[in-house]
Amino acid sequence: MSLLDMIGPVMIGPSSSHTAGACRLGLVAHHLLGEAPRRAVIGLHASFAKTGRGHGTHLALVAGLLGFAPDDPRLPRAFEEAGAAGLAAEFRDVDLGDVHPNTAHIELHGDTQAVTVQGSSTGGGVILVTHVQGLGVNFSGASPTVLLRYRDTLGMIARIATTIAADGVNIATLTCTRENRGGQALLAVELDAPLSPQALAFFDRWPDTNWVRMLPKLMDG
Amino acid sequence: MTTLQDLMNAPAPASTWVLAQDCAETGLDPQDIRTEMARRIGEMRASIERGLKTDARSITGMVGWNAKGLWEAPDVLGAPLIKRVQAYAMAVNEENARMGRIVAAPTAGSAGTIPGALIGVADHLGIPDERLVDPMILAAGVGKAISKRMFISGAAGGCQAEIGSSAAMAAAAVTELLGGTPRACVHAASLALMNTIGLVCDPVGGYVEVPCVSRNAFYAVHAVSAAQLALAQLESFIPPDEVVTAMAQVGRLMPAELRETAEGGLAQTPTGLAVAARMEGREDAGGMIELPMA
Repeated sequence: MSLLDMIGPVMIGPSSSHTAGACRLGLVAHHLLGEAPRRAVIGLHASFAKTGRGHGTHLALVAGLLGFAPDDPRLPRAFEEAGAAGLAAEFRDVDLGDVHPNTAHIELHGDTQAVTVQGSSTGGGVILVTHVQGLGVNFSGASPTVLLRYRDTLGMIARIATTIAADGVNIATLTCTRENRGGQALLAVELDAPLSPQALAFFDRWPDTNWVRMLPKLMDG
Repeated sequence: MTTLQDLMNAPAPASTWVLAQDCAETGLDPQDIRTEMARRIGEMRASIERGLKTDARSITGMVGWNAKGLWEAPDVLGAPLIKRVQAYAMAVNEENARMGRIVAAPTAGSAGTIPGALIGVADHLGIPDERLVDPMILAAGVGKAISKRMFISGAAGGCQAEIGSSAAMAAAAVTELLGGTPRACVHAASLALMNTIGLVCDPVGGYVEVPCVSRNAFYAVHAVSAAQLALAQLESFIPPDEVVTAMAQVGRLMPAELRETAEGGLAQTPTGLAVAARMEGREDAGGMIELPMA
């Protein structure tokens, strides 16, 4: 949290949690997809769905999926923009269990890629992403964040951390979760600066990694 | 963790200390923060200007024309400061309701309080925008200290969390603008905050319109009142951090019906329910939610 989180974000109204925060959740999915979005299925947790009416939550989520920032003047026209961009979106009311009231589960498909993101809009435009590709994470988009999915193998975290250090970048936080021992694992690392394209290409070339994404800084802080 | 007590004990001006603390934490450059803060003040001013010029209604039709109406009305009280502060605050929140561009401060529902109070006072006294950067930084610092003890959202703490915070932030900012010491600035914030305890979030139809738009007008004036009292050496009897804790406690005691669910208070009046029903019918008929599958 920084001063610019308290006086900010600059945003399209009406609600910092239900409009700006929702837009940022969509933006996370947009960046993690890594190609033009074609189809989205968005599950809104009970109360987010209910209080989202009249806050433009659905518009804001679609705007984020299209790559619009929370202050983009096109946000109120996001449905038309989606039509023009070839993105079809469907909304469902879901029960995500014991989660923050303003939580969404986003399933986003492009022509060749797919990603699922679950996150909450906790107030003032701040978000918390809790799941990516079905595995647990914990990041806010306030820092550049690299995500790597790989088969759980001895020494992976050490190798990844060493590569990040060699790239001259400091690690702020990291979360690692796995389906089961030896199964799919996901490492989400919040960084003090973005990784170089060379470092990302290097991660992509490893036989052990099967999905690598760099999420740019989405907000102040 | 910076508390309001720490802020109160900071060397004057409090905003310089706040900026140094924040940059030490985040590693950001103080000049970058000041530049960005100046830009956001410009955005607030743009929201005010648009809001004062337009009387277009929000999609519900409940709000949209009152900022301009007040701005163009005669000053019946002979109190131009009050009229300006109120009109500026409502201009921002009407823009917000129209899905226009605003600066959340700290939230969109409370976005009009700080521009109303700080820019209103500045314009009344002929103070240029460059001198608002430091008070705005102090406002952000007060907001940060409050947010460390409680969630700043109507869902978590009712309207006292959102408007209480924005009024406290605005009170501190106005106090510094007028030359108040750090102690006076924090007491202004505390006086503002303690007089919003218990304020519920009961938005009509669930929209950020009624009572939110006029509420920002009321609490922008409230913030200016707090600054005036603090500059006259009035202090909050309960220490500021304890006031924040008290507010957090009251927020937890507040039933969910009064915390941004539109299930109590004004939202559940016959008129409030009729608005909800009308908009629900319109939304379903208009197909706002459904998009065609490719």
